[in-house]
Formats: sequence, structure tokens, C-alpha cells
Amino acid sequence: MARRAIAPLEYTRRLWMRLWVAAVLAFLYIPLIALIIFSFNDSKRNIEWKGFTLKYYEKAFENSSLMEALFNSLTIAFFATVLSVILGALTAILLWRFRFTGKAGLEGTMTMPIVVPEICMGVAMLIFFNGIGWPQNLPWPFSLSQIIIAHSTFCFPFVAMVVRARLASFNRQQEEAAKDLGATEIQAFRDVLLPHIKPGLIAGALLAFTLSLDDFVITFFTSGPETVTFPIKVYAMVRFSVTPEVNAVSTLLIILTIILTAIAMKLQNAAALGASPK
Amino acid sequence: MNQPERQPIIQIQNVTKRFGPLTAVDKVSLDILSGEFFVLLGPSGCGKTTLLRMLAGFELPDEGRILIDGVDMAKVPPNKRPVNMVFQSYAIFPHMTVADNVAYGLTLQKVNKGEIADRVNEALNLVSLGGLDGRMPDQLSGGQRQRVALARSLVMRPKVLLLDEPLSALDAKLRLQMQMELSDLQDEVGITFVTVTHDQDEALSMACRIGVMNKGEVAQLATPSDLYEFPASRFVADFIGTVNLFEGQLIVDEPDRAVANCPELGRIYINHGVTGPHDALIWVAIRPEKVGMAKPGTYRGRPDVPEGHNISEGRIKSMSYLGDITLYAVILDNGRMMHVSRPNISRTDQEDFTWDDRVTLHWHGSSPVVLLA
Repeated sequence: MARRAIAPLEYTRRLWMRLWVAAVLAFLYIPLIALIIFSFNDSKRNIEWKGFTLKYYEKAFENSSLMEALFNSLTIAFFATVLSVILGALTAILLWRFRFTGKAGLEGTMTMPIVVPEICMGVAMLIFFNGIGWPQNLPWPFSLSQIIIAHSTFCFPFVAMVVRARLASFNRQQEEAAKDLGATEIQAFRDVLLPHIKPGLIAGALLAFTLSLDDFVITFFTSGPETVTFPIKVYAMVRFSVTPEVNAVSTLLIILTIILTAIAMKLQNAAALGASPK
Repeated sequence: MNQPERQPIIQIQNVTKRFGPLTAVDKVSLDILSGEFFVLLGPSGCGKTTLLRMLAGFELPDEGRILIDGVDMAKVPPNKRPVNMVFQSYAIFPHMTVADNVAYGLTLQKVNKGEIADRVNEALNLVSLGGLDGRMPDQLSGGQRQRVALARSLVMRPKVLLLDEPLSALDAKLRLQMQMELSDLQDEVGITFVTVTHDQDEALSMACRIGVMNKGEVAQLATPSDLYEFPASRFVADFIGTVNLFEGQLIVDEPDRAVANCPELGRIYINHGVTGPHDALIWVAIRPEKVGMAKPGTYRGRPDVPEGHNISEGRIKSMSYLGDITLYAVILDNGRMMHVSRPNISRTDQEDFTWDDRVTLHWHGSSPVVLLA
């Protein structure tokens, strides 16, 4: 079979490039795949393969403190996401729509939570909540309020960035057209701007959800003594030993994240397609 | 047209609009009559779009008043004005079907469903988009999107339809077709159309009247043929079509004839009286198609033109054959350029003259226009 010569820009057909890509993928994914495989391992230790089992999944589901931690994490992630989406979307619209003094300053400070080291954020939050005397020992779910607030502060800038990128492709004449046809400011927002930024809102929400779900450092500093979230619980379990039970729960978390990410990407693709004509 | 008395539907009175140091619209006053196809024409940055946006309510005048159907629009927001606009980008809502786009304004007015469906259908048929009501905007061509924008505005039955550069995004052939369709559509619905354009062909072919704008002011307000044949200033003469402009002085100024002396073109005889100060600086404008071209020595003069007037000699510097006409650039003996166009009535007319031929140029006594500004 006559092979066509490799053209100058066909890097994907060059052997060294293919090896490099394969190495990168292996480096990224082999640990994850190993973790998933060993979640089915019928052994107390993660070192050797003893046979297939689902018992560690059962064990994980029967572990009430682990399930409580997971439920806490999901609750926190849900509320943090709602808050982040509202705050983030409003911030994005503010920065896109209006000119005001201190706009550059706001843009700068808005991205601070993204760049400030988590450990600093965590300590700052701890000092802040102690300083203002945030009530402790509240009943569930109010006991999660500190963590929810802390998570919202570092999640909403991500939402704002995604939504703002989406807003950049908005044709202001559509808004004017809506008003021209009789829409009030609010109707124009609801009927024209909101559908346009919807994919950005959903993508931002999923981003916020996953960021909140797996946050360890900031949660560690802001959770009270009674509150345990999933990453903190896993950390505590690992300190004794890495049992396949941890693998099982981690696998569930990975699958959940993959599903959410896939939805986010699909929506972003749809958004990109919808944005192409003016 | 059988509207005996036309009332002004839009009265623009002394309107000024500034953007910082820039005066976009400068003390403009004009009336747009009910049922006419009015075109605002001008180069980019002349203020025509700003004026249109003030009619729609997206900009507010700094000074002056705008009355639509006798009502002062100063405090009326865009969503309450009896006008609708077709945007340059069409601004179709991409997440709605064609039918939903067209129905949008009516849904906001809470018109009942049956009537909405009827009116949407009627509007879509009016712009020949019947049957496409279920399509999404990204499945439409540029021309179809424009028709959706038109239908979306017309379905509201506005008193005035505003169109911002409606044809600028279409290719040449489709543009010609849409020019005619827009004129027909306007006739059919009887709504006043106000269109903004920088394209003089578009303006001439569609308009009842044209307002030519320059630097925020209305340079001339006239019908297309008046604008072309009787321009009020050098700006208008030059902006609409091609023109040969020569500086000169009036030396004869009688009620039935005039003679101008142009140092670069000789004596120009005009077979009607002109208003102009004797001896003052004036300009003579002659359109290329109104100049005749003859081989040297063959021109015997015109009966209505005195000997030695309206004639000049030159050499063809360049020619461009455009099919229906041929354009010639003739260098006069004093070095000035004169543009001449010649229709190709017989299939070999373009072979009569060629590069570097010496030619005699001549024109009627009715051809030159005397401009004072």
C-alpha cells in the first residue's frame, strides 16, 4: 500500500508526536484507571489483584458517616452553585453592560479568589468568620452556611468569566429589536439576553458544582468541628489505610464529575454553534 | 399614487445630537410625509443613522423635538413608539423559530393566539416566506433573514417602518431584487418607510424623496431626479453619481439664458436663466452622460448653442468598457480631466474611440448646472 508522504504540518502523523501524546495521556490517566480497577478488588489492600467484587461499594453505601459526608458535600455544592450562578451572572452583566468608575478595580478584585492560594483564602475565611462571631452549632443545613459562603466566593468568579465570554458574542441590536417590538427592559432581558447566556450559565454552574464538590483546603478551615464533607472524610479514612472502600467512593465521584463535565461540554458546543451567525 | 393631501407623519424640528465633542446631528429640521418612501442618504459618519435611532427612541435629541403623528416623542421610550425598525444586522432572535420571531411583538401585546397565527402567516406571505415558519434562523440565507426582520416589524402594523442600511449585507444581484421588492412592498402596505443608506443607487431607485446628509446637516431634500439633475451644492452633485466640476464666473445673466466663463473649460452657455450674483465665483457641473464626444473636425455645432461655446478639445487618457456604457477619461488641452460616458447602443459603438484619440467634447445648453456653493 502506497503511503502518502507526511506533509509539513501533519504533526499528528509523526511518530515522535504520537508517542509524546500517548505518554501524556498515560501519565494523566493510568493512576485514575488503577484507582477504578482496584475499587473492584477483593482484597483489603490495594497492592495485588485477588478477584472481582462489588462488596466495597456495598460497604461504602453502608458507611453512614461517609454517606453523611457525601450528602453534606452535595448540599453545599448545590447551594454554592445557586449563589455563584446568580452572583457570577450579575457581575458579568455589570462588567459587560455598564461603564463606571472603579470598573477596572472590580474586574481585578473579582479574579482574586481564582489566583489567591487556597490556603490563604482558607485562613482568611477562618479568621473572618471567627472575627464577626458567626454563630456555631446551628441546626443542619445552616451549619453548612460558612462553607457555602466560602465556596461561593471562589466559585462565582469562574461563573462570571464563562458568562462574560458568552456575553461578548451578544449582538446588542437583538436587545434593541426586542424593545422596538414593545418589550420592557425586563422582558428584553428574559426573552433575548437570558436565552443567549443560558449555555454559559449552565456551564458555569457545572464548573462551580464540581469545584465546590472536591474542595478540601478552604472547607477544612471553614467547617466547624461537627461538619464533615466528602473530601475531608476521605482524607480521614486515608490516614488509616487506603482501603478499596475509598477507591469505590472515589470512582463514584469520578463518574459523577465525568457526567457533569460531558453535559457542560455538550452545552458549550451547542452554544458555540448557536453563536456563529450574527 | 392617489393620496391627494399628504400629512407629515414625522416632524423633525431643529434636532441636535452630540456625542461628547462630536455633533452627530446639527439642527436638522425635516418633515416626512405619510405614506412616502423616504431615504436618508449620506457618507458614513454623516449622522443619518443617529437620526434614525432618534426616531426609534434609542437616542434622545439634545435639542429640538421629534413628533410622530403629531405626538412629541421626548418622553416616549422605544417600546411605546408607533414605529418599528429593521436593523442592519437584522437582529433576528437566534433561539426562536421564524414564526416565533415574527410573533414576538404580538405576544408581548397579549394578542390572542388565533389572531397572532393569522397575522404571522399574513406577514410571512407578504415577504414571500410562506412555509418557512418552523425554520430556525441559522437555517436561513441572508436574504431570508432580512425578510424575517421585515415581517417581524410589519406584523406590528407600525405607522412608520425604519430601515437601517437594509440591503448592505446582501450580494449585488439580491440587492437589486430586494430594492424592487421593498418598493413594491411599501406600495402594498402603504406604511411610511424611512431608510438609511450610503448607497446612492439604492436611494435613487427606491425613494419618493431623499434627504442627503453631510456632517450632521441636511444638504438637500428632493426627489431622486431633482437630486441628480438639479443638485443644490457641489457636495450633492459630487456625492450622487459622477460629475465634472469647473470653477468660473457668470458673465451673462439674462432671464432666459446665462453664460459662465470657466478658465479651464471655456465659455459655457446655459439656455435658461440662473439665480446667481454677477461676477461672483460659481461652479459649473456637467454629468458625464450629458457630454457628447466627436472625432476632431466632425462637430458642426449645435443650433441652440452660440458659436464657440460648450466645446472643448482633449485626448482620451483611459476608457473602461462596462457593457451597457463605456466610460472615458479625457484630458483637456489645459490638463484638466473630464469624465464622459457613452451608451453602447449598437454592438460596435465601443470601437469608435480608443486610447490617445483626440476628441471634441460638446454639450447642450441645458446640460450644465450652475452651483453657488
